[in-house]
Amino acid sequence: MMAMVHQPTEIVLDIRDFSFCLGGKEILHQVSFSVARGEFLSIVGPNGAGKTTLVKCIDRLLVGGSGRIEVFGRPLESYRQRDLARRISYVPQADGRVIPFTVRQFVLMGRYPYLNPFSSIDREGRRAVDDALRMTGTAEFAERRLDTLSGGERQKVYIAAALAQGADIILLDEPTTFLDYRRQAEIRDLLTRINHEGGTTIVCVTHDLNRAALDSDRIVALCGGRVAFIGTPAEIMNPEALERLFQTPFLLTPHPQVPISVIVPGPPPRPPRGQDDPLALDFRTAAQETPLKP
Amino acid sequence: MIRRWIVLLSLAVLAALALAGLPFVGMERIPLAALWRQGKEMDVTIFWKLRLPRVMMAFLAGSGLAAGGLAFQAVFRNPLAEPFTLGVASGAALGAAVYIHLKLPFSLLWISGVSWFAFAGALLAVVLVYGMTRARQGFSTATMLLAGVAVSFCFSSLILFMQYLSDFTQSFLLLRWVMGGLDRVVGFGEVLTVLVLVGMGTAIVLYLTHELNLVTTGEELAISRGVAVNRTKTLLFVAVSLMVGGIVSVCGPIGFVGLIVPHICRLMVGPDHRFLTPAALLCGAILLSLCDTLARTLLAPTELPVGILTALLGGPFFLWLLVRRAPLDDAVV
Repeated sequence: MMAMVHQPTEIVLDIRDFSFCLGGKEILHQVSFSVARGEFLSIVGPNGAGKTTLVKCIDRLLVGGSGRIEVFGRPLESYRQRDLARRISYVPQADGRVIPFTVRQFVLMGRYPYLNPFSSIDREGRRAVDDALRMTGTAEFAERRLDTLSGGERQKVYIAAALAQGADIILLDEPTTFLDYRRQAEIRDLLTRINHEGGTTIVCVTHDLNRAALDSDRIVALCGGRVAFIGTPAEIMNPEALERLFQTPFLLTPHPQVPISVIVPGPPPRPPRGQDDPLALDFRTAAQETPLKP
Repeated sequence: MIRRWIVLLSLAVLAALALAGLPFVGMERIPLAALWRQGKEMDVTIFWKLRLPRVMMAFLAGSGLAAGGLAFQAVFRNPLAEPFTLGVASGAALGAAVYIHLKLPFSLLWISGVSWFAFAGALLAVVLVYGMTRARQGFSTATMLLAGVAVSFCFSSLILFMQYLSDFTQSFLLLRWVMGGLDRVVGFGEVLTVLVLVGMGTAIVLYLTHELNLVTTGEELAISRGVAVNRTKTLLFVAVSLMVGGIVSVCGPIGFVGLIVPHICRLMVGPDHRFLTPAALLCGAILLSLCDTLARTLLAPTELPVGILTALLGGPFFLWLLVRRAPLDDAVV
């Protein structure tokens, strides 16, 4: 939706014919696409399409696979983990794991790729941490322990740590799942700000097609481990393309403010319960037949 | 921040006091003059040949076991991990028992063969337990403890088998040694061996404090922050095996120091390994030297194996950790 502002477009992440097997099962098959600097790219697709696996392969949390992944023009395998961490940071799927550190300690750990074993953090690092805490609005509870936070706060802290890491690309795995509307909006605003103000490239796995369509420059859809679609939000937001992808009918309507179609939930298959609903009638007659005794 | 420095400083002072005071405690009252080799011949010998080496050995063993427990709790992301519960001590004991039984006299780099055998046994146990824990997806507490128990059990049976094959004296020696104790420390030779091994292990653990912090937050996060996790783990496993191997070859398996000390230290200085590691080293030294002093004075003139004493402390502590909260997985608190 947004025009590419960076000219000429520099490819920061290039994936070519990448296949990946886990436990004898092919999770990803011949995946190819590339991401330009400053782009906001969403990865969508049904459950089990291989979205999380793909993101983990890009950050070398999973190793192996055939094909080629290049980060800033260099093959992924040629990076030391520490150097890769300066290029790519990763925000995992939110979970309830117990992390005994305070928010500040946790965000400080984002500076690991710039530390040597015996040094403490330098001034530049401290500034990066303060900036990250401020930008994500987590500064106010910086001294609280991470496992005392709510899901939304915790997600922001994870993003803050990824920001402090100072990488050019941030990978996110379903950052807004399990959050309420307000926290979802806050995380989305934050990501858009990081993308626009910081010029950080964002690759975000999501199930929320409407948000993906409204926020992203481009969308990649995976299905059964293959790239089923690459293109602009306008191209994917049509009933035929979506039905082919998710094997279920979709109802779309034009967004009232932006020139794009969005998905609206269809009505339930049964008529709403009312006068002629046999169940509701049964209930009422039953209630009438056995009046409450005083 | 300041509080953590104060705690570290207090621990250092306590450790210094223990090191200076405990050699004078015991059945035989030793006058201060023995320190500069004056007074009765007997007192000087007891002080320099028995008491001081023994307290120093307790220091080294306590530090090494505590650092080992700390490293394991971070890598396995589990509060119940420690060299003893994971069968690493049994592995080291088996290695040492094999050496004793085969009567192989050799040494390498001034370190006796028994320590190298114990190191090999310890490393074998780590690899086995870690492999079994890894084979099942994730690190479930149950898998880890079961693997530890299984490895311990196998190795202990092999030690028993070797006892069965040995003659009466040798088998008594083995049995007494498996109970764990510092009563065989005479002179500074063994102290020096253990100092080298524990020193190397401690250096590795201190070198990896940032990595230990990151590994505590989870393996994936650690990798994405730039930690070479496999290298880190390999180094830590070698470090723990060196320390436990050295300690077990001299003192036998001493349990639960590695379990209790990191938890006490977490309560005092928090989860940051840059503070936690030195705190655990000091605290382990203090705890084990105190326990050993108790072990040799409580039932004097007979000695209690210190392993029994630490197990009496550690067993209930272990149970308390186990029942304290339901979701133990992923909890390093």
